[in-house]
Amino acid sequence: MFVRKLTESNAAGWAYVLPSFGLLVAFIILPFFFAFYFSLTNQRLISPNPTEFVGFENYRNLLSVGTIVLEPERDANGALIINDDGSIEYPRLRSFTRNNPEYPHLDRMREWFSWQTGPNNELKRVILARDVVFMRAMKNTFIFVLVVAPLQASLALLLALLINQKLRGINFYRAVYFMPVVISIVVVAFLWRLVYDGENGLLNNILQAITFGRFEPVDWLGNSDTALGSIIGMSIWQAVGFHMVIWLSGLQTISPTLYEAGKLEGASKWQTFRYITWPGLRNTAVLILIVITMQAFGVFAQIDVMTNGGPLDSTQSIVFQAIDRGYGKQDISGGSAISVLLFLIVLSVSLIQRYVTRERS
Amino acid sequence: MAAVSYRGDKLRIAVQYLVLTMIAVIFIFPLVFMLMSSLKPDQQLLTDSGSMRAFLPVGDISLDNYRNAFRRAPIGLFVFNSVFVTTATVMLSLFFCSLAGFSIALMNWRGKSFILAAILATLTVPFETFAVPLLLMSSKLPWIGASGLEFGWLNSYRVQIIPWIADGLTIFLFVQYFRDLPKDLIEASRVEGATWWQIYYKVVMPLSGPVIATAAILKFLVMYNQYLWPLMVVQEEQYRPVLVGLQYFFQLNLAWGEVMAYLSLITVPVLVFYLFLQRAFIASIASTGVKG
Repeated sequence: MFVRKLTESNAAGWAYVLPSFGLLVAFIILPFFFAFYFSLTNQRLISPNPTEFVGFENYRNLLSVGTIVLEPERDANGALIINDDGSIEYPRLRSFTRNNPEYPHLDRMREWFSWQTGPNNELKRVILARDVVFMRAMKNTFIFVLVVAPLQASLALLLALLINQKLRGINFYRAVYFMPVVISIVVVAFLWRLVYDGENGLLNNILQAITFGRFEPVDWLGNSDTALGSIIGMSIWQAVGFHMVIWLSGLQTISPTLYEAGKLEGASKWQTFRYITWPGLRNTAVLILIVITMQAFGVFAQIDVMTNGGPLDSTQSIVFQAIDRGYGKQDISGGSAISVLLFLIVLSVSLIQRYVTRERS
Repeated sequence: MAAVSYRGDKLRIAVQYLVLTMIAVIFIFPLVFMLMSSLKPDQQLLTDSGSMRAFLPVGDISLDNYRNAFRRAPIGLFVFNSVFVTTATVMLSLFFCSLAGFSIALMNWRGKSFILAAILATLTVPFETFAVPLLLMSSKLPWIGASGLEFGWLNSYRVQIIPWIADGLTIFLFVQYFRDLPKDLIEASRVEGATWWQIYYKVVMPLSGPVIATAAILKFLVMYNQYLWPLMVVQEEQYRPVLVGLQYFFQLNLAWGEVMAYLSLITVPVLVFYLFLQRAFIASIASTGVKG
């Protein structure tokens, strides 16, 4: 009681916390709520017209998808019309998506992807989206997260186990593995542009040397099949040291007596890992998974420096789209709507992760 | 028997070092390439990348790229901007966040748990999700300048500094550290009639070297490597930081030698700094994972 009185101070307590808290409110909490508000308007960075409330229009523009089955065009005899390149001729999509009163739900949509269906594969099922680029950005971001989170976390764990040995000079190796973390992702992305270059790139040259010239050089970033994978590889290279260090601090909390007990029982290396190390790392694992996921959903700088979202939108990401609209096109409302969607995605994913990894007793 | 296992041990250790070294090469090769390339003319730089010469200072070696890079862009200004913004933010952040941490960890006041919860909640919101509305806000915020009240923070130092002063992680690091300080110390000082301010700067801060170093390093890394935010809010050369200054080298035909020289210039000081304070850097990252 006496102690509590001593440390009680409403005025000073508030006075000391208020500057920081005020800044957090002004520059994080307020803009965060503004994002929700702006996403329901047509706010632009600079505009002569007053801002109007438009409801969920921005979200409809981003998320509307539709589908249609196209019947092939037939000539007077009812036979299929085959194009010069051997494909079947279909009616033009635009006839459905431009002011067609019979298909109001497809208005202003474009083709996202399609496949053949029906008897003899004559029909064509088309999936349309109002904002095809954003759909691709969502798909790429999810691929990025789904590959990077498990791969980076496990590689970081392998490195941590390697570094956690008692060897002379081990600190040198730890310092080297961690080095890319202190370098800006922008610098790293620039360097890797030369690594991935199609003509004189280091990667092509190394692969050719290893295969004695049999490897065909690839323009890693200029090819829509390899661009996203290349960005994933370089991102892991840059950030894996960060999570290695977090795994290491987890490893060092495991009591050495447990390992000694394991040794006495004659446990194999795998058994030691499976029954002593891994259970001891449980909390670290959850933390790392959630942190990597959050970071990976924010992928932006690599793309900005290396590919600008291309080629053929194969490296578009959600944040790249948000910045492209909000800053590049000065469309604050569109960029805000994407930001809100990103927040909802990150929030639901981390809630799911927390639920799945919760302590079961 | 003993001899065999000894030889086996030696072999095992040799293999371990081999693996460790091969991985080290993977992490180090782009950096060596950057440094070596910055010394070579473009033509040689590109042909060299076909062989081991890419990693060696051979051929026509000179500092021409550095000279040309300085001619192409006001590098001194960019470096000054980055150093100024980084230093100012780190100092202000250490002061305000430690003060907040002090209040939360050591003082009792009404509404504390709510404030702490709100601060921790900001950690779950990635910067990318409010960057766009913050851009609009910054374009309208008031400021009292030389010519009286003005509006708009774009193209300034303040827009790069003030939004980054307070952050939940730094406050949280201080709270954690201060909570572990011996309570008797604070209470004894109170009994002797010390004011809160005196306790903060005469008792608590002198004991807080480790957490100050951790917070400073983390903030330094974030601020010196800023890219997205200055890209959005700084169009004028006068306020540009080093990474946004890279755009001077985006040309149709990239002058790779100059780019490498510029990248080396802005990266090597950080790397040297890191290599000297390696333990502190790694400890500061590790501390973000503890208890988390």
